[in-house]
Amino acid sequence: MNRPNRKSAALFRLGPVLLALACLSGPAPAAPADELALEVREIAPGIFVHPGRQEDSSAANLGDIANLGFVVGGRCVAVIDTGGSLAVGRELREAVRRVTPLPVCYVINTHVHPDHIFGNAAFAADAPVYVGHQRLPAALAARGRNYRHALERDMGEPAAGSEIVPPTLTVRDTLDLDLGDRVLQLRAWPTAHTDNDLTVFDPRTGTLWLSDLLFVRRIPVVDGSLKGWLVAIEEMQRLQPKRVIAGHGEAGAAWREALAEQARYLNLLLAEVRQAIREKKTLQQAVDTVGLAERERWLLFDGFHRRNVTAAYAELEWED
Amino acid sequence: MSVRRSLGAAAILAMVALHVPAAGAAEAEPAADIWHMVRTSLFGNRPISEQSEGVVELDAPARAEDAATVPIAIRTKLPQNPERYVRRIYLVIDRNPSPVGATFTFTPESGRADLETRVRIEEYTNVRAIAEVSDGSLYMATRYVKASGGCSAPAGKDQAAAAARLGKMKLKLDEAAVPGKPVQAQLMISHPNNSGMAMDQLTRLYTPPHFVRRIEVTYAGRPVLTAEVDFTISENPNFRFYFVPRGEGELKAEVVDTDDLKFESSIAVRREGAGS
Repeated sequence: MNRPNRKSAALFRLGPVLLALACLSGPAPAAPADELALEVREIAPGIFVHPGRQEDSSAANLGDIANLGFVVGGRCVAVIDTGGSLAVGRELREAVRRVTPLPVCYVINTHVHPDHIFGNAAFAADAPVYVGHQRLPAALAARGRNYRHALERDMGEPAAGSEIVPPTLTVRDTLDLDLGDRVLQLRAWPTAHTDNDLTVFDPRTGTLWLSDLLFVRRIPVVDGSLKGWLVAIEEMQRLQPKRVIAGHGEAGAAWREALAEQARYLNLLLAEVRQAIREKKTLQQAVDTVGLAERERWLLFDGFHRRNVTAAYAELEWED
Repeated sequence: MSVRRSLGAAAILAMVALHVPAAGAAEAEPAADIWHMVRTSLFGNRPISEQSEGVVELDAPARAEDAATVPIAIRTKLPQNPERYVRRIYLVIDRNPSPVGATFTFTPESGRADLETRVRIEEYTNVRAIAEVSDGSLYMATRYVKASGGCSAPAGKDQAAAAARLGKMKLKLDEAAVPGKPVQAQLMISHPNNSGMAMDQLTRLYTPPHFVRRIEVTYAGRPVLTAEVDFTISENPNFRFYFVPRGEGELKAEVVDTDDLKFESSIAVRREGAGS
C-alpha cells in the first residue's frame, strides 16, 4: 500500500500548470472530470492527503477546494471528507483504487460544509458506513436544501448527482473505528468552526486530522461560535500530535505557528467586534470597519472576512 | 394583514420557488412573477410609486455576506405628523420561501417610521420596502441583493445554543431620551426563529417551525411599533426603531411566537436615558 504511484507523481508535477490554467480560464466550463485527476500525497505510512485548491468553489474547480484524503488499514479504508461535488468524490475514489484494492468501509465527514460532503455519493457503491458528528444530521437538514441550490446555481450541470448523504453512524463524544491493525480515534467537538466539527486521530502515525478547525493561509470561516473556536484552539494547543492536517492549506511542520496565526485573527475579531458593540455601532457599521488591516494576511479575505464580522457581532451582542 | 394570510401566500410561493429552474437565464422571469403575485395579493391594483425619495429609503448590502444574517435598514423621510405619516412598511424579499417577510405598523408616537433588522436571504433577489402613507399612497424602495455562495446558509450556526436561550430579551435605548424628540431603541429577542421548511428527504429530520410572529411595542401604554413577522427575520430577531418619549413612561415590548409562547420586556424611560 506504500508503493509509489506514478500517475499521481506525474500529476503532482502538472499540478501548478493545471492550477494556472484554471485561474486563467475563470468561469469557463470545467474540464471533463477525468482530466481533473486528483493528486494525493502519502504524508505518513497509509495516510493519503489531497490538497484542495485555495479558491472559492466554482464551476472551474467543481468544489475541489478542501483537503481530503483517506487512511488505509489492514482490512479496509476510511475516507475523510469527499470534496465539493460528486465529480471530486469520484476522483478521490479512483485515487483510493490506485493505492489499494481494500474496500472503503467508512466515509467520515468532518463537518457540514459543502466542500467536504458533496462527494459522498461517489462511495455509495462501496456501501460504507457514513460517519459524522452527532449534530451533523440536523445541520444537513437545516442547510442541505440551500447547499444543493447553491451548488446548482454556481456549478450547474457538471455538479449533477452531488447528493446530500447523511451519516449512518454519529459521534457524540469519541468513537474508535477499527480499519484492521489500525484504529482511528474520532472526536466530536463542542461548537467551534461549526456546531458539528469532528477530528480524526491516527495513533499509529501520530497524525491528527483537524480539518476545518485549522485554516492555513486561507481566511478562517466562523460558522459556529467564535468564542467556542477559541476555546477549541486552546485545547488543540495542548495536544501533541506528530503532524496535523488542516482543512485548507498545508499545515506542514509549522502547524503550531499556523494555529497561533488563526488564533491571532480570531482574537482580533473578538476584541474589535466587542469594541464596536460597546461603541453602539450597528452590525453594518461593524462590518464596514472591523479587521480591515487583516486583508493582506489572508487568502480569500474579501469572500469571508465581512461574513466573519457579521457572525461575531451576532454572537457577541448577547454577552453581559 | 394577518399572519395567516401571509403564510398562505408564502406556502403557494414556496411551491412556485421550488420549481424554479436552478441556474441560467430562466431566473429573472419567475422572480418577476413572484413579485406580481405578492403585489396583487397585498395591494391589488393600487399604484405604487417607485419615486420613493422623500418617503422611504432602503439600505441593504449588495452581497449577503452571511445568508443567515443580512442587515437591512429602512429609513423614512416623512415626519410622523398625525395629518400625514408612514402607517405601515411591508418588507418583501421576492425569492425567499416566504416573500412577505414582515409588516411593520407605526403611529405618530413612533416619531420616525425607521426600522433596522436582519433577515435571511436565500437567493439572488430583490428586497423591497413598501411604505404605506396614512393617506393611502404607496412608495417602494428596492435593492438587489446577491446571496453568498459556498458555505453560507440561512440556517442558524449553533442550533442547541439558540434553543437553550429561548425567550431571553434585551430592550434598551441607543441614546439619551429627550422629551418630545424621537429616540432610537433596540429590541433583541433570543429565539431560533426556525422556518420548519428545512426537511431533508434522506435524513427525514427537520426542525419544526417555531418563530416569532408578532411584536407589540408600546410607550406609556400607546403603540409605537407593531410587527407581524416570520422566519424571514434572522435567528435571535433584532430590531432598532424609534419612539417619542414625553417625560417619564414605560417602554414595553410583548412578543408572541408560533407556539403561542409569550415574552415581554420593559424599561422605564427617564430624561437621562434608560433604566431597567
